[in-house]
Amino acid sequence: MSKTRKAIINEINGPVIKVRQAYGFSMNEMVVIGEEKLLGEVIELYGDQATIQVYEDTTGLKPGTSVHGQGLPLFTELGPGIVGHVFDGIQRPLSVMYQDSGPFIRRGKAGEALNRDKAWAFKPKTGSGERVSPGQVIGDVEETDRVVHRIMVPPNLSGRLLEIAPEGPYTIEEKIALLEDEKGETQEIKLYQKWPVRRIRPYQKRILPSEPLFTGQRVIDFFFPLAKGGTAAIPGGFGTGKTITQHQLSKWVDADIIVYIGCGERGNEMAGVLMDFPKLLDPRTGRPLIERTIFIANTSDMPVAAREASIYTGITIAEYYRDMGYHVALMADSTSRWAEALREIAGRMEEMPAEEGFPAYLASRLAEFYERAGAVITGGGETGSVSVIGAVSPPGSDFSEPVTQHTKRYVSTFWALDKELASARYFPAINYLDSYSGYVESVALWWKKKADFDWTDLRSQALAILKEDAKLMNIVKLIGEDALPGDQKVIFHGARLIKEDFLQQSAFDSVDTYSPAGKQVLMLRIILRFIERMKETVAAHRIPVYRIMEVPVLEEMERMKYTYKGDDLKPFKDILKRLEEEFDDLLKREA
Amino acid sequence: MPARTGLEYLGLVRVQGPLIFVKGIANIGFGEMAEVVTSEGEVRLGRVLSISDDLAVVEVFEGTAGLSGSESKVRFLGRPFEYRVSAEEVLGRIFDGLGRPLDGGPPPIAGQTRDINGLPINPVARVYPQDFIQTGISAIDGLNVLVRGQKLPIFSGSGLPHAQLSAQIVRQTRLLEKEERFAIVFAAMGTKHEEAQFFRNDFEESGSLKNVVMFLNLADDPSIERLITPRIALTVAEHLAFEEDMHVLVILTDMTNYCEALREVATSKGEVPSRKGYPGYLYSDLASIYERAGRIATAKGSITQIAILTMPDDDITHPIPDLTGYITEGQIVLDRGLFQKGIYPPINVLPSLSRLMSDGIGEGRTREDHQNLASQVYALYAQAKRVERLASIIGEEDLTGRDRLFLRFSNEFEGRFIKQGPYENRTIFETLDLGWELGMIFPSRDLTRVKPEEIQKYGKTTLFSQQK
Ligand SMILES: Nc1ncnc2c1ncn2[C@@H]1O[C@H](COP(=O)(O)OP(=O)(O)O)[C@@H](O)[C@H]1O
Ligand SMILES: [Mg+2]
Repeated sequence: MSKTRKAIINEINGPVIKVRQAYGFSMNEMVVIGEEKLLGEVIELYGDQATIQVYEDTTGLKPGTSVHGQGLPLFTELGPGIVGHVFDGIQRPLSVMYQDSGPFIRRGKAGEALNRDKAWAFKPKTGSGERVSPGQVIGDVEETDRVVHRIMVPPNLSGRLLEIAPEGPYTIEEKIALLEDEKGETQEIKLYQKWPVRRIRPYQKRILPSEPLFTGQRVIDFFFPLAKGGTAAIPGGFGTGKTITQHQLSKWVDADIIVYIGCGERGNEMAGVLMDFPKLLDPRTGRPLIERTIFIANTSDMPVAAREASIYTGITIAEYYRDMGYHVALMADSTSRWAEALREIAGRMEEMPAEEGFPAYLASRLAEFYERAGAVITGGGETGSVSVIGAVSPPGSDFSEPVTQHTKRYVSTFWALDKELASARYFPAINYLDSYSGYVESVALWWKKKADFDWTDLRSQALAILKEDAKLMNIVKLIGEDALPGDQKVIFHGARLIKEDFLQQSAFDSVDTYSPAGKQVLMLRIILRFIERMKETVAAHRIPVYRIMEVPVLEEMERMKYTYKGDDLKPFKDILKRLEEEFDDLLKREA
Repeated sequence: MPARTGLEYLGLVRVQGPLIFVKGIANIGFGEMAEVVTSEGEVRLGRVLSISDDLAVVEVFEGTAGLSGSESKVRFLGRPFEYRVSAEEVLGRIFDGLGRPLDGGPPPIAGQTRDINGLPINPVARVYPQDFIQTGISAIDGLNVLVRGQKLPIFSGSGLPHAQLSAQIVRQTRLLEKEERFAIVFAAMGTKHEEAQFFRNDFEESGSLKNVVMFLNLADDPSIERLITPRIALTVAEHLAFEEDMHVLVILTDMTNYCEALREVATSKGEVPSRKGYPGYLYSDLASIYERAGRIATAKGSITQIAILTMPDDDITHPIPDLTGYITEGQIVLDRGLFQKGIYPPINVLPSLSRLMSDGIGEGRTREDHQNLASQVYALYAQAKRVERLASIIGEEDLTGRDRLFLRFSNEFEGRFIKQGPYENRTIFETLDLGWELGMIFPSRDLTRVKPEEIQKYGKTTLFSQQK
């Protein structure tokens, strides 16, 4: 690290400033600007000049002001005190800022990301004298009632532990271990480490995502599943359900850690989750959801350069918890706002734009971001994963725009939200014809192992019916439903049952908001069995479809999703039984 | 605004659209205010848009027409655009688009000065808006609920009755706030004289004028001024809500004119445009206005924002409504088809949305059945619209009996639920009961989004079901 160097501002254009005499500045180096100590980052170097993006409002800044290089790239602080907290795009602690400077965000009020005064109960897990390697766990801290924070040897460090602190309370600045590295130099280990946000954290090796990231949302788990360590995009026009889907996932997915990034979106949405999460309980652990969640909030009215940084801050934190052997799910709402921040900065730098004003490196930046997802064997030898779910907000709901198109190239799961479904208040408005998942085969095994669920069969049957129905819909639009022959009417009505009684799922229904695996399987089994019997009845006995649609069990089927939580599957088995009986009765009566 | 001593420069190196370029400057800050003095001694206000070692680009709010290159003087004021805020000095008053009195009264002098750009609200300090506001309008109260602290714009088209609708909202919501302190902040950007006058008369008739402050940039006022008007209005609103604990309703009309002013400046600067010539930062810029709504934990008041915009060519995918919809907490969409059918308010509920609805309604707030009923009505109406399309192809006669019910539903829904008088003020219960009455046109087993218990309790008592 060189001594602090000083450059001079010679141009200011919103969040982008140019400086001269930038001798010895390096790319992505953090800088501190003027007396107010505004934070910025070097994003371009040429000759003795540098371009800097400023993470705070630049109003009042003057040419001639000095800019100090910090000798470090933009980094995150990684250690206990992250989970359950809210940070801005460059990891400034928003709750602390609220206490210190009131409800409005004032500039230059940095504040440290992690609390320096709090003592954490550290439990060593290795003895002195042991050889340790990068990422190896040397001790634990209980970060929340839910999360054990593993204290790891920082990446890049290995050697012999000279000393390790005994069990007891330590603040993050205290030394908890001394290590003699390969060069024979002594290195201190603390409860926290620093890591540059734009660099992926190392792991031993990647493994293929194979276990589903179970979400409790039927259309996702059954039709377009995501795997732990996988990537997904949710594109959709405004009001189609991107945010609610992301909220649903952060609430219910079976991950150990959630990183939720509100990137250039609404302040009230953050207020909403901050109000809900301390109260909502995780269905698996019974603990408040806040105990496993980390929020990054850089809302649309906050500085645009910090918005650009927010997704990197978020994913670095996610990778850090993955290093501990956890399954982490990261939501970014919305990646389009991040791309726009990139565009705004590039525009102010007067770079040549590619499509729709976006810089030519948009695609490679997106690729770099999504490639940081993945299931891995960690430095410590554990399995961990980061799943990334990015919302995309296409202008005019037009999916052919650059951010949607480039994102599509790098994600394996695509949940296309549909304006028309949303306007009929059909939720989740995930279009089952345009969406896809690259993890179907790999998660099929999991379902099979898990209580021998016939997931693959049910799934393909249901999808086949929906596809056929989509064709029929085109005909019905022109000639009306009545003109369809009996077997096609079965498909038409059957598909409606799948759409309305299975796929549709309200986030706001206290029972149906989360659907356990067993419930999902039984619900679909019931509906498909109904369709099967309907087919048979129509074909063999010439009983018209409308007569069949009067069997009383249908009402029970319509209600089942919001009547039974699904912890106990008996009610569903009863419905299945009733269904068979009623069809048998119907046949007897009509025969 | 009184002239202050500051650094003064003679001569402009370039004048381009609303921008002037001043050379040889020193010690000027980004975003600071400037006064441009014409050769005739007229003073115009401007703001530094970008700045380099010796060149400042200044946008002139009152336009550059008639500015002389060599004779004009520019004075830099060393501070951003500020406005004095004090409830007593602004309520009941009318100002121009830059906050100067239009009513013959004095300019505000007592309050503290505030940077009109405001500051971002720390999301941690926000209080999630949940208090239902009864507007008395069924399409809103029943299906797209407004809550205190929400930003809910009206997407309109030229010639559609957005002014009448927003005036009706102002009239009818005010009544509920008898006990509490309330204020209306009205900002006009490029609005027709007629329309501004209409609002004024309406405020006056309803006796609320003393609680209203108006900032008027009218259609023939300088266009660049429009970049300032909403920010002054919101600065005043923040003072009233967050320092005086008032419930403030802010009306911004018309945001389309605002966006066009922004485009004018961006184009003059030679910036790379994104869609339809609008700058790439239109989203962030609009957010810096719309996000100044809500509630915060340190104050009892609230800012509810109703921005009105006309969709160019009635196109909801145009960048202005599109980006607005991405920022605001829903939208009320007016529809030319309904308007032509003679339906007031011509609200098309299908593309309309209130994102804060689910938490603002239900037991203890409105009624337990509200959420499901609304969802049911949406499903029926969306299906009814599909049936209407089918009917237009195959003819009504060939529709099934069930489909004919949908046609009837659509007619009654538009003609009785959506349609109401400009002075008709329905209670939420009237609205919900009407919703049930229309839903019960169908046999109860077709109502799959409401629970059987709800049908039992609310559906069975209505006229239609008794007839069946
Ligand atoms: N799964 C869902 N269940 C019920 N309502 C939903 C669901 N998803 C979306 N909605 C409704 O749609 C509205 C808009 O959703 P939101 O996620 O905010 O849209 P976006 O982020 O795409 O603009 C919500 O306010 C809610 O009323
Ligand atoms: Mg959203």
